[in-house]
Amino acid sequence: MAEVRYEAASRIYPGVPKPAVDQLSIEIEEGEFLVLVGPSGSGKSTALRMLAGLEPCDAGSIHIGGRDVTLTPPRDRDIAMVFQNYALYPQMTVAANMGFALKQAKVPAEERRKRVEEAARILDLTEYLDRKPKNLSGGQRQRVAMGRAIVREPQVFLMDEPLSNLDAKLRVQTRLELADLQARLGTTTVYVTHDQVEAMTLGHRVAVLNFGVLQQCDTPKRLYDEPANTFVAGFIGSPAMNLNECVVEDGGLNLGGLAVPVPEAARAQLTRGETVTVGVRPEHLVLSDQGLAGEVRVVEELGSEAYVRVHATHRGQDLRLFVRTEGGTNVHRGDTVHVAFDGPVHLFGPDGQRMATTVAAPVGG
Amino acid sequence: MSGDSTSVIVGEKKWHNVVLGIIAWIVGILFFFPVAWMFMNGFKTEAVANSDPQLFFEPTTEQYTAVTQQTTGLLGFTEAFANSAWIVGISTIFVMILAIPAAYALAVRPVKKWRDVLFFFISTKFLPIVAAILPLWIIARELGILNSRVVLIILYTAMNLPLAVWMLRSFFREVPKSLIEAADVDGASLWAQLTSVVLPIVAPGVAATALLCLIFAWNEFFLAVQLNTVDGQTVPIWVTSFVSTRGNFIAKLSAASTLASVPVVIAGWIAQKRMIRGLAMGAIK
Repeated sequence: MAEVRYEAASRIYPGVPKPAVDQLSIEIEEGEFLVLVGPSGSGKSTALRMLAGLEPCDAGSIHIGGRDVTLTPPRDRDIAMVFQNYALYPQMTVAANMGFALKQAKVPAEERRKRVEEAARILDLTEYLDRKPKNLSGGQRQRVAMGRAIVREPQVFLMDEPLSNLDAKLRVQTRLELADLQARLGTTTVYVTHDQVEAMTLGHRVAVLNFGVLQQCDTPKRLYDEPANTFVAGFIGSPAMNLNECVVEDGGLNLGGLAVPVPEAARAQLTRGETVTVGVRPEHLVLSDQGLAGEVRVVEELGSEAYVRVHATHRGQDLRLFVRTEGGTNVHRGDTVHVAFDGPVHLFGPDGQRMATTVAAPVGG
Repeated sequence: MSGDSTSVIVGEKKWHNVVLGIIAWIVGILFFFPVAWMFMNGFKTEAVANSDPQLFFEPTTEQYTAVTQQTTGLLGFTEAFANSAWIVGISTIFVMILAIPAAYALAVRPVKKWRDVLFFFISTKFLPIVAAILPLWIIARELGILNSRVVLIILYTAMNLPLAVWMLRSFFREVPKSLIEAADVDGASLWAQLTSVVLPIVAPGVAATALLCLIFAWNEFFLAVQLNTVDGQTVPIWVTSFVSTRGNFIAKLSAASTLASVPVVIAGWIAQKRMIRGLAMGAIK
């Protein structure tokens, strides 16, 4: 167990002008579960591979347990990695796969066997120890890959989309087991995923990356409640936050006729004629008798809840709003509805950075 | 009705296969006939072998006895086979010792300009060996290794090295990169990565490469006849020693050729099985 620190770490692939990872600085505490999340090409895997030592660090430094490992080869970093395709050694049995790292570390055979059996017990793999990877199911292979990591009792676990090759049901189940396992072992974990649900459910903190640049690193709750910019706002949360552009007027802001509350502090930052982005999550909008009038285009009924897509046109501007309602709604395509704020509204400046988050006055109030 | 139409399609395919099969057999027999004729001649007496071709004859092993026991050539059967086994075996070991790290470096951790390196390897095969024989002969004479096993061990190693590097490289490239990275993260040294992870996976490919090198070295004639006709005489030289200007020699030559072919046939048969496994290796994943 150890803390991990990225200090302005950059990776520039030869022949590509833009860095794949651009001056990444994150401090990961001992025992913390940190998730790196972002769309493909965001540099999240590269950042992880830099920590593993599989990609060089072109600028900045990386520290594990207070030790500068920037130039240390992977085998001397005392880390264990779970690969997306598991990377199990095909010619070795499950036991040999799990014991391989210990064998390299010259751990005596007796202790090796004990530790492999212990890990196999934790992961429910005892009866498969003599099998070869090709005779295992996808879920079992995934557990062997996990086992190979935990047997070593490393300083840090690195996981590169370890659940993405599992089917949806197994993925949810394994996700829970993984969270439980990490909590029990208390090993510092850095986990890469493109799935924001995985990120939110697993991470103590989540680092959102885009184009190699760290956008925000915070607890899932904070990311959700106070996204630092429009990218994080749009990326975190499913369905995504409604983001609509809005021109600042004399009297403040209004979104298709709906007055957007602007706190005093933020008011000074608004210049007339400037375009800002108003963000509001689907669950913070309601269908009501007054408010912004629009036409229902799609109704997604999920049983416990329903999502209504409303299209409105206001002074030549098209607005698209996703509204969450109770399940069993009697709204249908083609209906005219009114949408009102019912919760926090986020304001993002012209540069996309968050200016303020305010709670709208209750409907009709 | 649907059943009828299916059977028509199947029937057409069958007819197709029969024609292709017949053509394949004709071509195969055409290629194999000289070999078969050589094999049969080895069991004939010189008189029968040198008369009008006949398919049915009384087989005899007298030619085999003659070629294995004759001492009229420079060296006997046992010496020639021992020489060949030594030269071919040791040169192949050298080839593998040198080619495995080279191919690994080119496939897994490519050096700068690896394309040029790879092309350089194969370009050494472009020069006609006839053009190099005089310098080779002079160098060998100056080093005092002319007419010894050593000269052929060195040359066969050099001869097979480019081929082995190219073949092994393509096998190494089949190994998923993440496996090597996993071994790296697991604390394996470069040596351990190669021996415990990579080589077991590409073992069929390594075996196929080694067998091919064995076959090529075993069959080599030109260098052997130019540089080594005294002490380290190899099997191909021994075979040609039966070509005589006096008397009939076809049956004896056939028997000797058959004996010379046996190791190659065995090696080729093993290599073929391994090779298919080796080449299919990537598909299994």
